[in-house]
Amino acid sequence: MSYHVNEKGYYGEFGGAYIPEMLYPNVEELRQNYLAVMQELSFQKKFKELLKEYVGRPTPLYYAKRLSEKYNTKIYLKREDLCHTGAHKVNNTIGQILMAKHLGKNRIIAETGAGQHGVATATVCALMGIACIVYMGAIDMERQAPNVARMKMLGATVVPATSGSKTLKDATNEAIRDWINNPTNTHYIIGSVVGPHPYPDMVARFQSVISEEIKTQLQEKEVRENPDYVVACVGGGSNAAGAYYHYLDRPNVGIIAVEAAGKGIQSGESAATSALGKPGIIHGSKTLLMQTADGQITEPYSISAGLDYPGVGPMHAHLYASGRGEFISITDTEAMEAGLELSKLEGIIPAIETSHALAIFKNRPFKKDDIVVINLSGRGDKDLNTYIDYFNL
Amino acid sequence: MKRLQETLQQGNKLLSIYFTAGYPNLEDTIPILKALEKNGVDMVEIGLPFSDPLADGPTIQASSTQALKNGMTTEVLFDQLKGVREQISIPLIIMGYFNPVLQYGVEAFCKKCADIGIDGLILPDLPLAEYNLHYRLTFEKYNLANIFLITPQTSVKRIMEIDKASNAFIYMVSSASTTGKTSGFNDEQIAYFNRIEGLQLKNPQIVGFGINNAETFNIATKYAKGAIIGSAFIKALTTDGIVGIHPFINRLR
Repeated sequence: MSYHVNEKGYYGEFGGAYIPEMLYPNVEELRQNYLAVMQELSFQKKFKELLKEYVGRPTPLYYAKRLSEKYNTKIYLKREDLCHTGAHKVNNTIGQILMAKHLGKNRIIAETGAGQHGVATATVCALMGIACIVYMGAIDMERQAPNVARMKMLGATVVPATSGSKTLKDATNEAIRDWINNPTNTHYIIGSVVGPHPYPDMVARFQSVISEEIKTQLQEKEVRENPDYVVACVGGGSNAAGAYYHYLDRPNVGIIAVEAAGKGIQSGESAATSALGKPGIIHGSKTLLMQTADGQITEPYSISAGLDYPGVGPMHAHLYASGRGEFISITDTEAMEAGLELSKLEGIIPAIETSHALAIFKNRPFKKDDIVVINLSGRGDKDLNTYIDYFNL
Repeated sequence: MKRLQETLQQGNKLLSIYFTAGYPNLEDTIPILKALEKNGVDMVEIGLPFSDPLADGPTIQASSTQALKNGMTTEVLFDQLKGVREQISIPLIIMGYFNPVLQYGVEAFCKKCADIGIDGLILPDLPLAEYNLHYRLTFEKYNLANIFLITPQTSVKRIMEIDKASNAFIYMVSSASTTGKTSGFNDEQIAYFNRIEGLQLKNPQIVGFGINNAETFNIATKYAKGAIIGSAFIKALTTDGIVGIHPFINRLR
């Protein structure tokens, strides 16, 4: 059994391309071309070169000695926070901008929640000299003003999404509407392993550089490619997909996905999709989805703007449904404390998304000899105001 | 479905109106249907509101949000439509997004539609491949027409596949856009209308998106069997309410 996408675009019962006909030609063009383009030597060369010279890869696999001592196990941190722009998001945007150029597109659109993917998209558009329009919920634009300013400095146009709840899912709706209205010259850079096939697979492949490097680095440090566990936070799930990718079909590597419980799973203010969702359709994909009994999509909550998505990528929905992945949810409070703990023990201030993954050690024991790799997906600079408010710093 | 096929065979310049169920008020569904039939509308698309209507522009989005706030649900709509066939004889189609149908259960949804006397469904985000693979037999069992969309970018090969899978009409989206975005037709669109007319498809086409007045209605129905007005009708409902339906339809033809 494989946990990768099948030839029809499904992970088990999840995935597919539930899109209006208006999007069909664009998505079909991508579906027919993405694998061949990604396998071209010239594409590979350019992609790897940019990841090395521009993004700063490979990112270190750092042995967190003091954290390991505290929790009596061996913890490695995959330092995606050291990527240019401060998070793993740029791995995907580099790949997709090259894909867009290859397909002859001269206009890029993207959605963003916290602004990290928007910044990563605006960055590669500046790098390539391509027009960039980023859709962002009007409420998120207020909450994440520095990232709005960054995108503007990088030359992008930031368009507020004023429909619905004015957050990430609405920004995604607006980006899709833009694509419907601009069917020939535009490429939509989706920021996570969500959306219609082939997006979840394409984004996972661009992010798979994370686990590719972990394999090599762990071989050097521990003389083995496989950790006992690989742990990542999951909103839409792109950093997790990248960290799991080369381990998906290696059953002796435990996969742990950490979702945002917000104020508690039963509080009504949560983003723990695996616990609260049912199979449904969002943004062109069949996946686990937080929704009313009537099939209306509900608004999730998390203190971390990068985790409050009402769905999850179809790969992760399948990992959950099949039992291959262990899903843990972490509250705002637990995450914030874990973020502070890592800062004090290792001198690394993590993004609040990542803090969720770090919080599992308090309640989830590991054996002394276990090797646990945590994907440190982003740095905490963007969250400083939230940390300041929370801890009265 | 027979009712729908007969209407399509008999008439030309068919006028189809879309409205969002539960808008402007929760209980407006039946009064709107009655007013539309009385004013000579040939068929109606009843919009089942969805929280995230991807293919719709601001007008229909706003009406959907309001309808949901008013308390519209799939169950409420079905309750309102119970017995509708004692009062309304024109073809009725339910238009909505796939997720609410999926949650209701596709089979249960189709059965309910058949019991009520609904003639067909338009679910823009239920793709052709998925329909053929999983749902076609259910739709056929309950005698429901499934209506697919085509756009100016749809390839001839795919149009042929869609024509084959259709059994009532093809919803011909007039331009690459969301609903309510454009008004008036340009040369490119006219060329597209001509091109589709020339394909001599087995199913008639009804044009939607960008029809908002007598002029655009007349142009569209020169090439196609009929035309659908949605956003412009919702706007009229917003300003004038149900009493505005008579003058709105009168201005069209």
